[in-house]
Amino acid sequence: MSLLLFVALPVAAAVLAWLSERRGPDWPRRVALTAGALLLGHALYLWALTGTDRFIGQGDWFLELQADWFPRFGIGFHLAMDGLALLMVLLTALLGLMAVVSAWHVRERPGFFFFNLLLTLAGVFGVFLALDLFLFFFLWEAMLVPMYFLIAVWGYERRRYAALKFFLFTQASGLLMLVSIIALALVVQRETGVLTFDYFRLLEAAIGSRGTLFSAAGWIMLGFFVAFTVKLPIVPFHPWLPDAHTQAPTAASVLLAGILLKTGAYGLIRFVVPLFPAASMEFAPVAMSLGVVGILYGALLAIGQRDLKRLVAYTSVSHMGFVMLAIFAWTELALQGAVVQMIAHGLSTGALFMLVGALQERLHTRDLNAMGGLWSQVPRLAALGLFFAVASLGLPGLGNFVGEFLILLGSWPVSAGLTVTAALGLIAAAVYALLMVQRAFHGEPGSLPSPPDLGRREMTALSTLAISLIGVGLYPSPLFETAGPALTWLRDIVDLQMALARGGWP
Amino acid sequence: MSFHLLPLVPLLPLAGFLWLALGAGRLTRRSAARIGVSSVAIAALLVIAIGTRFLVEPPDAGAHVQTLGAWLRVAGFQADFAFRLDPLSLVLSFVVTFVGFWIHLYSAFYMAEDEAIARFFAYMNLFVAAMLILVLADDLLLLYLGWEGVGLCSYLLIGFWYRDPANGYAARKAFVMTRVGDTAFLIGLLLLFSQLGSTRITELMERATAMWASEPTLASVAALLLLAGAVGKSAQLPLQTWLPDAMAGPTPVSALIHAATMVTAGVYLIARTHVLFELAPAVQNLVAVIGALTLLLAGFSAVVQTDIKRILAYSTMSQIGYMFLALGVGAWSAAIFHLFTHAFFKALLFLSAGVVIVALHHEQNIFRMGDLRRRLPAAFWSFLVGAAALAALPLVTAGFYSKDLILWQAYAAENGSLWFWLAGWVGAFVTALYIFRLFFIAFTGEPKTPIRRTPEWTALAPLWALGILSLVAGFVEMPATLGGVTLFRALLEPVLPLPDVHAPLTVEAMFQLLSMAASLAGIALAWLLYRHRPVMAPTSGGITEYWREGWGFDLAYERLVVHPTVCTAHWARHDLFERPYDRLAGLARSLHRGLATTQNGRVRWYAGGIAAGSAVAFALVLLA
Repeated sequence: MSLLLFVALPVAAAVLAWLSERRGPDWPRRVALTAGALLLGHALYLWALTGTDRFIGQGDWFLELQADWFPRFGIGFHLAMDGLALLMVLLTALLGLMAVVSAWHVRERPGFFFFNLLLTLAGVFGVFLALDLFLFFFLWEAMLVPMYFLIAVWGYERRRYAALKFFLFTQASGLLMLVSIIALALVVQRETGVLTFDYFRLLEAAIGSRGTLFSAAGWIMLGFFVAFTVKLPIVPFHPWLPDAHTQAPTAASVLLAGILLKTGAYGLIRFVVPLFPAASMEFAPVAMSLGVVGILYGALLAIGQRDLKRLVAYTSVSHMGFVMLAIFAWTELALQGAVVQMIAHGLSTGALFMLVGALQERLHTRDLNAMGGLWSQVPRLAALGLFFAVASLGLPGLGNFVGEFLILLGSWPVSAGLTVTAALGLIAAAVYALLMVQRAFHGEPGSLPSPPDLGRREMTALSTLAISLIGVGLYPSPLFETAGPALTWLRDIVDLQMALARGGWP
Repeated sequence: MSFHLLPLVPLLPLAGFLWLALGAGRLTRRSAARIGVSSVAIAALLVIAIGTRFLVEPPDAGAHVQTLGAWLRVAGFQADFAFRLDPLSLVLSFVVTFVGFWIHLYSAFYMAEDEAIARFFAYMNLFVAAMLILVLADDLLLLYLGWEGVGLCSYLLIGFWYRDPANGYAARKAFVMTRVGDTAFLIGLLLLFSQLGSTRITELMERATAMWASEPTLASVAALLLLAGAVGKSAQLPLQTWLPDAMAGPTPVSALIHAATMVTAGVYLIARTHVLFELAPAVQNLVAVIGALTLLLAGFSAVVQTDIKRILAYSTMSQIGYMFLALGVGAWSAAIFHLFTHAFFKALLFLSAGVVIVALHHEQNIFRMGDLRRRLPAAFWSFLVGAAALAALPLVTAGFYSKDLILWQAYAAENGSLWFWLAGWVGAFVTALYIFRLFFIAFTGEPKTPIRRTPEWTALAPLWALGILSLVAGFVEMPATLGGVTLFRALLEPVLPLPDVHAPLTVEAMFQLLSMAASLAGIALAWLLYRHRPVMAPTSGGITEYWREGWGFDLAYERLVVHPTVCTAHWARHDLFERPYDRLAGLARSLHRGLATTQNGRVRWYAGGIAAGSAVAFALVLLA
């Protein structure tokens, strides 16, 4: 039941938030804040329990919930949580709460706004917990529709265009995923005679151990791969991202960058490589190269931007390139690095989007050419901006460095050349992060009127993120310990199948 | 004093930083200065106390390692917050805290009128803390943390006066250029770990000796990558151009960057990993070549500058070049000795220059100063002492003993050569020339700018302390011809082996006379050229123009790297990958438009369409 709560509570709160609007415009955000706090508390409670013997479940899975849904088609309502899912759930709960806080002053139809926000959260929680592929697809789609509304209704000047672009990219990739899921289920049915969408059963069928890149398994793998990399995003599937991030209201940007991108990475780790190890390993050089291209190209685009929010959006492309590199390197170090990178990127980029939102609220512009000299006017905002910019360029001692360093360390044995090229992204990161600080905060104050500094609500939220980043940067061991068993389990499955593919037991 | 207090040395300035950063709005200027100065003062006292204990009763195995906690322990990788006290890190942390303290005290005078003094001291404390982490780290990854922290603080302090975009540019230039080197260092770290399976410095060096003794290729690549990192931080060729621009920061910052922190980090890194360089003789030789070239190029640039701080900046580059030269010939402790004396006299030079700059209302052009002996006696005499030490005035200054040691070993050490000695010797002459050119032009002659502010005790005390040290600090290590004091090298010998020098005493004495002559000749020429007769500001054109612009490196990098990058970024601003998707969208739209025109509501068109469709259908049925 503990797991069902992550999906059911946000859905219930969403409905409640919408209904409560009748009692007053303050009620929806109160409902959302309460729900967000409860979810975060619950996630933290579960995290505290790991390592104790309060959990039941098989092997490295702490919690499991299984029920029939459409038994005729082998579709079940199967949720489960391992360390990897737990960390993603924690990140979602924390950033979900941040999103609520950053949407505090939504004036226009707040009930419907928080309804969509909470539904998106429910979908994301579900995606991280679902172990039935059909259920996974259902929740994957469920998180996109409310996000579409968030962008299209509450976005900025080009919101219709951005929302439509977001919807088309994700729908096209969603369709590809559906086709891949059904094809996978049918192939497995032909092999074993059982129609199932269950993750564990599909793993047992081990069709991926045989298929090379140009076989049925290979094509299905590519379908999943494209579907997930659109979300991640990776060059050349990224053009939806800058528009969606830039035009979305602050809370939606925080969710998009902080957690929705991670569903793509999560899908690659959870499904693509374990289900299709042989094809993935064959495809790995291409995927890793795409990751490196993303690192450098995203950074280059970030350097050229005038729109502050767009700049931050392109840095995501660069940071997620590291995650891609790590996933297809598939070493323990690289995967641990990828998990830390996802969390650190969520914290730092989420915070940067909150800061950009705060600036836009005050200055009514995102144009870097109109800003400048804000340090003297809004010192707290500027200092936090500097902090998160420095985190984003990978300063040791903060979370992003741990992620990037472990990714590079773990990718080195697989491909030293690609690792060295990826490391060049660190130089580019210094350029874009410091250019951003320079153009927004340093220099002479621009012609804009002096805005008020951050208030207590914003300071609390941003300080929480800053302290979390320092925590991840200086003491990441709890993350390693939580994710470790789950990653080992996934790696063992892949090793086992690869051994089978070579025609023998390991 | 227990060795267990060692982690407090970097943690004290770090605490000062946190206090100042979090309380920025609530602290008065005076209390901000007090916090900033006292945190470094306590750290310095602690280093002295721990150091005394270390000298009196050294720990077993000659080093004490104190682990504070785990940092990254995952999947066979391990890096901890571990600090190592051995003679090398002791000397460095003494320099950092002790010289750092005087600079902080001086800053209380220099920055007294600045409204952002709390922010200033916060950054300064963080700078010292990062540098202490760097020198005390037992693990190469922790060293890297300090290394990057130093880079960040230099960025923050060079761009401290953020309203002027030129300062911001100089700050970014410093950070990005050093980060080029840092990235090479990081890649080197990846290589070392993947090959040797550790990042603990002592373990790395042992394993490198065991595994790479017969395989110099990997050792060379690793050493080359570390060298690239060192070259960036220490402003050596070819990553040197950020240093002259780094003068944009307040003068105490320059003193801190040039004397106590930052630029010496590269020298320290190479000394710390000297085993690796010994395994790669070609790379070690390259270190010496880089040092020799940098010391000459920077020396010639310094001769033609007009800005007092730029002259000192080129001088730092040149003096670090001497240290690289020493490292390259295997004279490890000679390099550290020069680092030690240089810290005192370079800090002294910057601080007394700062007194002049403040007194003349932020005038930095040496041709608009003049006649400071009566008007600013403290600055005059302390600058004279600093200049004499930098010019290696024989026998009485610290700079003489350290530079002489390097010159001698550049020739006499196993890896040395006459060419290295010659470069150093010419450099010594040029050094004496440019610093006394500066001295005669700026400090003597006719007054050109009125005095605005005279120094207080917080400024004078550092000048006195550093002035005395610039004279006497050299007596801990004197050549065999002058009594042969070997305290400094004996202290460092457990960590840094001595080079093999087999040469008769008479040869050494001859070389010493030659280097004394170079120093005295440089001073004499400066006197002839710049004191003896009225001096004009230099005219532009010719080779001196080239020297003044730092031999054109800036221009070359601008044309070859910066400009193309900016152009590419500008060109790619509207994301090339948007285009195919836009085409697709355009295609869909025109198809839609084409089909929409058929739906025009005219019955004739519909009837025609139905008729045509039926005809085609019939035709298909009949023909099939």
